[in-house]
Amino acid sequence: MMEALEIIGQASFWAAAIRIAAPLIFGVLGALICERAGVLNLGIEGIFVAGAMTGWLTVSMGGDLWLGVAVAALVGAALGLLHGVFTVILGLSQHVTGLSITLLATSTAYFGYRVAFPSVTTPPVIEPFAPLNPAWLSAIPILGPALGQQTALVWLAFLCVAVTAFVLSRTPLGLALRAVGDNPAAVEAQGLSVTGLRMGALAAGSALMALGGAFLTLSAFNSFFFGMINGRGWVCIALTVFASWQPGKALLGALLFGAFDAYQVRLQTLAGSVVPTQIFLMLPYLLSILALVLAARRADYPRALMKPYIKGER
Amino acid sequence: MTTLRLRMEPRPSPSALLMLGVPVLSALAALLLALVILTVTGAPLGQAVPLLVSGAAGSLFAVTETLTRATPLIFTGLAAAVAFRARLWNIGGEGQLYAGALAAVAVGGGAISAPPYLLVPLVMLAGAAAGALLLLGPVLLKTRLAVDEVVTTLLLNFVMLLFVQMMLEGPMQDPMGMGWPQSAPMVDEAALPKLVAQMRLHAGLILALAAAALVHVLIRRTALGLEMRAVGGNAAAARFAGISVPGTLIITGLFSGALAGLAGASEVAGLKGYLTTDLSPGFGYAGIVVAMLAQLNALAVVPAAIFIAAVFVGADSMSRTLAISNYFADLVVALALMCTLAGSLFLRYRLRLMRTPA
Repeated sequence: MMEALEIIGQASFWAAAIRIAAPLIFGVLGALICERAGVLNLGIEGIFVAGAMTGWLTVSMGGDLWLGVAVAALVGAALGLLHGVFTVILGLSQHVTGLSITLLATSTAYFGYRVAFPSVTTPPVIEPFAPLNPAWLSAIPILGPALGQQTALVWLAFLCVAVTAFVLSRTPLGLALRAVGDNPAAVEAQGLSVTGLRMGALAAGSALMALGGAFLTLSAFNSFFFGMINGRGWVCIALTVFASWQPGKALLGALLFGAFDAYQVRLQTLAGSVVPTQIFLMLPYLLSILALVLAARRADYPRALMKPYIKGER
Repeated sequence: MTTLRLRMEPRPSPSALLMLGVPVLSALAALLLALVILTVTGAPLGQAVPLLVSGAAGSLFAVTETLTRATPLIFTGLAAAVAFRARLWNIGGEGQLYAGALAAVAVGGGAISAPPYLLVPLVMLAGAAAGALLLLGPVLLKTRLAVDEVVTTLLLNFVMLLFVQMMLEGPMQDPMGMGWPQSAPMVDEAALPKLVAQMRLHAGLILALAAAALVHVLIRRTALGLEMRAVGGNAAAARFAGISVPGTLIITGLFSGALAGLAGASEVAGLKGYLTTDLSPGFGYAGIVVAMLAQLNALAVVPAAIFIAAVFVGADSMSRTLAISNYFADLVVALALMCTLAGSLFLRYRLRLMRTPA
């Protein structure tokens, strides 16, 4: 029992928690930007795959790590715009469009992977982002070493939280973005373009989602493999509701999830063979459902979420 | 000076020709797009296309393989169509399929000895019940606690697959399986009969066709079907008309989950004979594409499922001969969904070029 508690004091535990949380931070931020603007983006799972694949492919073909990050973000933004053409401009079902983006991005990534590497059993590996280990951190106990092990992409995730929070709550752009998800007609009356704002939100949000995927291949691991996203995108959609569409709470939710996930992996080794491993592997998904259930009662969905806006129609 | 403008006018009810033409053209457009992508990757189209076609329909073997592959897709397509009619976003077909398969092997794996005319229906019922039960959770969460069913059904797919894995490595593992994670084989009395000698096609297809006809009658000709369509069309209006929205959603969910469960039961009882964790190459997700391609029409689910199955079977045979990955099939399926979605615009709107004075 003591061993189960001691885990919480280990720097390696917290390092793992942050590492698991990082892609989710990107994903939840991306999802909340889209949803704040009134668009549910179920393309997230596929955009994660596309970001992971294109970021890694860029680097494995000799590109710089940051070029890989940029390519992933651009691919994500393009998929977001494709989503927008269907849902914002043509007003088609956001559910079905999102799922089709997921299917399209996933199958294209897998097919493209097989085109690039027709018959390799072990994919080429890359040199991923290295831990930053800034000297000023080492003085802090537990959290210092835990944060020291993180790469530049983790710090980028933290920065994105701050920037998103600032833009959403402190700038005219953020006000317009929030308004377009609550009352698009009012935004139109202000002379702003509903279409433009929503397309912009989809591009930016989807770029962030793709960064979540790229984090996995460029920082957490050093290669791309099939099924590596494994529902992380859907977890982000659940965490977005849990975070009540607030960037700060999104960070908290992702870190909580990361801590829980890292904890169950360690418990697994403690529990030995008494409990089947699958029980532990189910926990993250069940936890996401629980988070959704807890948040559902007080969830304050953006009022125009999933409602297409067509000028002149009420 | 006049400018041309594209205007979308709502179309009250699309003609029968349009209802048929749009999905067919969408499917063709998806195939064409995929072939363009194939050309870009440098594949020899002259060889690939004939292989694709002959692999899916070139012989009795090919045709029966396509119909075998279509069988679970008809079930999962119906599962999605029924649910989406009532705007119940059941994306958990994959998990419900595995739940059905697990229940089927549990009942048909020798635990009960009975003659085939009793055991086969029992196995099918068990599969349907398991699928329905798995969806009942998310539906109750939706109706009682307003929890979005998209995410819960999606996440349950992963949970269910892990659960199946756990059972196949634990209590339900085949003692004769030399440690492989697979269930004990089903007894002969539980197996669905084969339809064509020497081929894999089985009576699951008959059940799937019967299910399509039944669902069609259910949606079009019964009070329940009317309620489902009313809830899907406008929940507030349905409530005003005295229809119980939660009740309708629960019944819809039970039907939808049962249909997806039948897909799994028919796969193990008709085709595989035992359960492994690679039973389904995404039949649950492809069922959504089938349903959309069929415009949520139960009878149209059958040709839509056969089309998607033909793509899968054709791509498999193509990838065996040429060095083209069979992820090509997934690409066609995804493109088919996108094209159908874009095509549905032509069903809802009339596109007009307008000349407006600037």
